[in-house]
Amino acid sequence: MNVATEKVSSELLELVPEEKLALDRILAENRDRPGATMVVLTLTQEQVGYVSPAAQRYISQELDVPLSHIYGVLTFYSFFRTSPIGRHKVSICMGTACYVRGGPTLVEKYQQVLGVKLDETTEDNRFTLEVCRCVGACSQAPVVMIDDDIIGRVPLQDVAKTLRGYE
Amino acid sequence: MAYRAHVIISGTPEQAQEVKAALMGKLDTLGLNEEIEVREATGLTPRSVTMASRGVEAVVYPEVVHYAGLTPAAAELIAEEHLLKGRPVQDLFFEEHPAEPLDAPSAKEVRVVLRNVGTINPESIDDYIAEDGYAALGKALTEMTPAEVLEVLKTSGLRGRGGAGFPTWLKWSFARAAVSDEKYVVCNGDEGDPGAFMNRRVLEGDPHAVIEGMAIAAYVVGAQEGYFYVRAEYPIAIRTLRLAIEQARDYGLLGKNIFGTDFSFDLEVRMGAGAFVCGEETALMQSIEGKRGQPRTRPPFPATSGLWGKPTNINNVETYANVPQILLQGGEWFASMGTEKSKGTKTFAIAGKVKRTGLIEVPLGITVREIVYDVGGGVLDSRPFKAVQTGGPLGGCIPEKHLDLPVDYESLASVGSAMGSGGFIVMDDLTCMVDMARFFMEFAQEESCGKCVPCRVGTRQMLEILESICAGTGKPGDIEALEKLGASVTQGSLCGLGQGAPNPVLSMILNFRNEYERHIYDHKCDAKVCRALIEFTIDPPTCIGCTRCARNCPVDAIAGKAREAHVIDPEICIRCGICAEVCPVDAVFVE
Ligand SMILES: Cc1cc2nc3c(=O)[nH]c(=O)nc-3n(C[C@H](O)[C@H](O)[C@H](O)COP(=O)(O)O)c2cc1C
Ligand code: FES
Repeated sequence: MNVATEKVSSELLELVPEEKLALDRILAENRDRPGATMVVLTLTQEQVGYVSPAAQRYISQELDVPLSHIYGVLTFYSFFRTSPIGRHKVSICMGTACYVRGGPTLVEKYQQVLGVKLDETTEDNRFTLEVCRCVGACSQAPVVMIDDDIIGRVPLQDVAKTLRGYE
Repeated sequence: MAYRAHVIISGTPEQAQEVKAALMGKLDTLGLNEEIEVREATGLTPRSVTMASRGVEAVVYPEVVHYAGLTPAAAELIAEEHLLKGRPVQDLFFEEHPAEPLDAPSAKEVRVVLRNVGTINPESIDDYIAEDGYAALGKALTEMTPAEVLEVLKTSGLRGRGGAGFPTWLKWSFARAAVSDEKYVVCNGDEGDPGAFMNRRVLEGDPHAVIEGMAIAAYVVGAQEGYFYVRAEYPIAIRTLRLAIEQARDYGLLGKNIFGTDFSFDLEVRMGAGAFVCGEETALMQSIEGKRGQPRTRPPFPATSGLWGKPTNINNVETYANVPQILLQGGEWFASMGTEKSKGTKTFAIAGKVKRTGLIEVPLGITVREIVYDVGGGVLDSRPFKAVQTGGPLGGCIPEKHLDLPVDYESLASVGSAMGSGGFIVMDDLTCMVDMARFFMEFAQEESCGKCVPCRVGTRQMLEILESICAGTGKPGDIEALEKLGASVTQGSLCGLGQGAPNPVLSMILNFRNEYERHIYDHKCDAKVCRALIEFTIDPPTCIGCTRCARNCPVDAIAGKAREAHVIDPEICIRCGICAEVCPVDAVFVE
């Protein structure tokens, strides 16, 4: 783990005001649902972008479930993150269809263009690079997903172009 | 309101808006605005499934003409020429895959589940109702007893589309027979097969059909509540479903006393969070309950003890989507399609090395050859066909000698593959069967939930062997070890994931044993995929010295001056193949 990430995670021990606001809203709307833990955690991930250690503790108190249970759920599902990522997420699909149509080469190329390895964030905090499994656009393989946008059939020469417009 | 034609526009939001505005303005002037509907492709295709170079795209229905690279002026031309005078503008056609539009059915296709996908607005319940939507639910609630519904389903022969192919009427009758004051119905929209997107398209394109099917199931089994479980990777499907549920509530089609009867039913959408094993029904229900999604042994089956220990009926998206049509058109109609034991149609996501990729729906019993060549247009770049992988990471491959195999549950199983949920990946001679097996095993190993030992440890051991074969360090005896391990993982695992995980490897060894032997004994990967076994070189006479390869090489392994032949340093080269791909004159060779 590099220094930057460590610094970030020590900051994540306190809830920031916006985070608390979002959590309170999510909790108010969903605490009485059956199976609330999963609902609250997925909504937090979706709306805040990650579930910080502080958020984990807060949710554990508010829902009255053990922290170990929350942690168990977070580590079981690959959707969750416990620290923030760059402003934009670049996910390269490594599902079967994309794999046979050149996904691995695309990974190399994005690493080169962004100058980071998988699961790393660029220094300007603009992009985080990761791989995912099938986003359901296999007919466009190989596919890259930047935030919620799906970009299909990316020629290698145009990799840099796909990043334009995400500031 | 019936429209003569629909135009669906996709692209980056601002550009698409601009083109849409121009098109609508022109249609207004031409007096066509009442006849032709223009929409942005919110729910139909993934948002901006588009390449920078293709720009704004539009598809004109019902004839399914696909335009690309549109400007506002081009849109006005289309309005005038195509929509007014009926002359499609050839110059603006989307060229790369002219016959490709996902929603253009080929002659061999029959659309039941996909009948509305791409033709109605998924965000409008009125569009669905105009296509006989909710008529089946009305009929069931007001004219049929639950037993009569079951009878129709039994005649239809509908079997589960989530993989196992269990008769749907029988599953429903178990949940119906269970005694409890609370019961649930669940829709499995986890679609974990990494290479398949059938359920996604149905949820995004015709959400009400699935909702209606679930409501009918709830009526039959006696449930009051239902859950959709949809993977988080499908945000558009989740949004579309939530909207559809709200609309159905507003119309009284969900909620209390539906159609004035004493039947009440409501639905909620839950989001999966990226775990393949959660597609397994017992794990899925753990996940809805807010826990780690680990499967448990069956029995008890969900029909007796499911969500929160109550009787629960769980089906796949496609299974539910078939139900309304079966009730409206009759069990005999459905049973008239397909084979003796596999009735009706099935959707497949054809992908991989095939000319036309996309979503199709075909009658069961169609042959593999018909799907690959007639529907899919043949292998990409007319290369030799090697195999098709069906059933995803728990399925197997079908080699050339079985091209005439009918696609149905029993036939696929008889050659060591599986129907699965509908992934259909075509592979050519440039696909390495050891590398593919490694790919699927890596997937299974990562997704193993770790609860039972055979799956957790066995998949890891098998993966290690496959990795060493790909790395050129395979040993005599590795193939036999894979076979032995595979058999014990299949036998000893708790759930379908472990039981199915060895399938791809075993079926690839069965059909392509010589490829494994070539890797181990001759250190050759004939498909030129396994990096440790290949080398890239530049052919000096062919090279024009354009420097493109050197500029694109991620590790600076290529040297050479402009307009002079370039050279790859094999010591630095990581064999990513980018140089070969970007070379304009095909001067890069792989050995
Ligand atoms: C590892 C694993 C993953 C599965 N994934 C899915 C899935 O993504 N979608 C699905 O409908 N069924 C999936 N299934 C099958 C379900 O357990 C279950 O059989 C199915 O949802 C029943 O619905 P059906 O009778 O309509 O097919 C999976 C099974 C296993 C063992
Ligand atoms: S495999 Fe990449 S989108 Fe399906």
